[in-house]
Amino acid sequence: MSVFVLRRLAQTLLVLFITSVLVFGGLFLVGDPVEILVNPTADQIEKDRARVALGLDKPVLEQYLIFLQGTFSGDLGNSFVYARPALEVIFERMPATLELAVLAMLIAIVLGIPLGLYAGLRPHGWGARTIMAGSILGFSLPTFWVGLMLILVFAVTLGWLPSTGRGPTQEFLGLQLSILSWDGLKYALLPATNLALLKLSLITRLTRAQVREQSLLDYIKFARAKGLSRSRVIGVHLLKNILIPLVTVIGLELGSVIAYAIVTETIFAWPGMGKLVIDSIFQLDRPVVVAYLMVVVFMFIVINLIVDILYSVLDPRVRLSEVKG
Amino acid sequence: MSAPPTPAETAGTIVVESPLRRFWSQFAESRVALAGLALLLAVLFIALFAPWLSPQNPYDLGSLDLLDSRLAPGEQGISGTTYLLGTDGQGRDMLSAIFYGLRVSLYVGVASGVLALAIGCIAGVLAAYLGGRFEQVVMRIVDIQLGFPAILVALVLLAVLGTGVDKIIIALVTVQWAYYARTARSAALVERNKEYIEAARALGLSGARIVLRHLLPNALPPLIVVGTVQVAHAIALEATLSFLGLGLPATEPSLGLLIATGYEYLMSGKYWISVYPGVALLLTILSINLVGDQLRDVLNPRLAR
Repeated sequence: MSVFVLRRLAQTLLVLFITSVLVFGGLFLVGDPVEILVNPTADQIEKDRARVALGLDKPVLEQYLIFLQGTFSGDLGNSFVYARPALEVIFERMPATLELAVLAMLIAIVLGIPLGLYAGLRPHGWGARTIMAGSILGFSLPTFWVGLMLILVFAVTLGWLPSTGRGPTQEFLGLQLSILSWDGLKYALLPATNLALLKLSLITRLTRAQVREQSLLDYIKFARAKGLSRSRVIGVHLLKNILIPLVTVIGLELGSVIAYAIVTETIFAWPGMGKLVIDSIFQLDRPVVVAYLMVVVFMFIVINLIVDILYSVLDPRVRLSEVKG
Repeated sequence: MSAPPTPAETAGTIVVESPLRRFWSQFAESRVALAGLALLLAVLFIALFAPWLSPQNPYDLGSLDLLDSRLAPGEQGISGTTYLLGTDGQGRDMLSAIFYGLRVSLYVGVASGVLALAIGCIAGVLAAYLGGRFEQVVMRIVDIQLGFPAILVALVLLAVLGTGVDKIIIALVTVQWAYYARTARSAALVERNKEYIEAARALGLSGARIVLRHLLPNALPPLIVVGTVQVAHAIALEATLSFLGLGLPATEPSLGLLIATGYEYLMSGKYWISVYPGVALLLTILSINLVGDQLRDVLNPRLAR
């Protein structure tokens, strides 16, 4: 187990290093952020001064070494645009993204598992067919377009829900969250639904496939033969076994939801870190882009690790030493 | 999915079918899949013949009239032409823009799919065939890459590469090759140990010939299934990236870019600029997914009838 975690850790560092080199070098080649940052009427002297102030006058290798040095002391550099530590800017936006991602995942799980169970238990009924057709549609709908349609229908036409921005926040466990009050939740509903749709289809289909596969197995027949009630066979025996692959997928999809939040946040002007990174890419705010990637890559790797460990806890047949780290 | 028995089976007669015909009759069992195929063919037809089908060349700025801008669907323009799906902010006929946009979207999706398939296949089959260090390295890269959402990898690449058709194809190939490599490797690993490969070896055929003529054709079905899913993904991903402003240049708008330009008019109720390109995008992806879904069932050996 510890060997497994250690190997993962080494791999994490390697991935982080490669990402940082690629993005750092790549963004250096893209263009000069000073041209975007300074006042358009600024003359050459002012531009040079800005360049020196941001440390952009040094050769790129030296800039990277300074960045690397800072990284070891937890400093990923200052944002060019905000003139504050990039990590600070990102952590400030992170609760907004996380609450959106968790809310979306909850919607997907709470609706997806029952729908999948239903479709899997009565695979030839009309209900199941409708659910499956709906899930194909859900897969095919481009997320960003659905977002626009949600705005068009619920905000512009019906006027039920606000279309952009984030509602008032409350402090909870040191985090500024908006979904705890109706006033704030109102703002989160459309973007979270938008984000949830793809995952809802995925979880529904996966649950259905698992139910169909598992309900043919002997342990289900045995449980039935023992005379257990249908609800107990489904609710305890079947559900427990289909949860194993579901937990894996849900865990991994949480990472993908955080990534796709970039799109949703852009559409709904949700002030999370996804919107921040898109803005930063266009403003060539390299420290923020690099720091965002470091944070997100790290998050993914931690999520993957937790999923693997959880997997071995849920399924005693899996031993982590056997899992290729 | 358990399918109803084919007429041949119920009649108890033995009908000799060519594999292709059997494949077709199994595919045609699902009406939804047939509808998907018809839709896909229609989309392909429109994309191929867009210049002849479109009422207007949307790239020819000379033929656009600013006085015709933002007309609602069905309204008549200043020159007397009726715009079925309305016009955008520059007076561009939306129907023509969608036809041409479809062309761009499909081109990017298919081109990146084919390239990724080729690269992934070579990497995957070689990994299965050579084994050892090469296999370890390739599969580790695949594992690491698949641990990250496609959109993030593509976004970072495009942030670095800039916009352009070639750039977005590079990004999409980079994102997709790993799926093909993983599938190709596992398919090749299964096939490698089968008797016909042993027989081919015993005949003294060269390694390249065995791989290309014997192994690859038999490893094809799962790759086709992954391919359809991936092309649909690629088209959606390209649209998303273009919508974010990171994909294609504005001179040749794909469907995603058309939707993005309509975004600013959405709040004022001018829905058609965003809605119709989105419907076209949805129908394209839906048709590919419907065909892919049925292909997966027909080609899945675990569900063999």
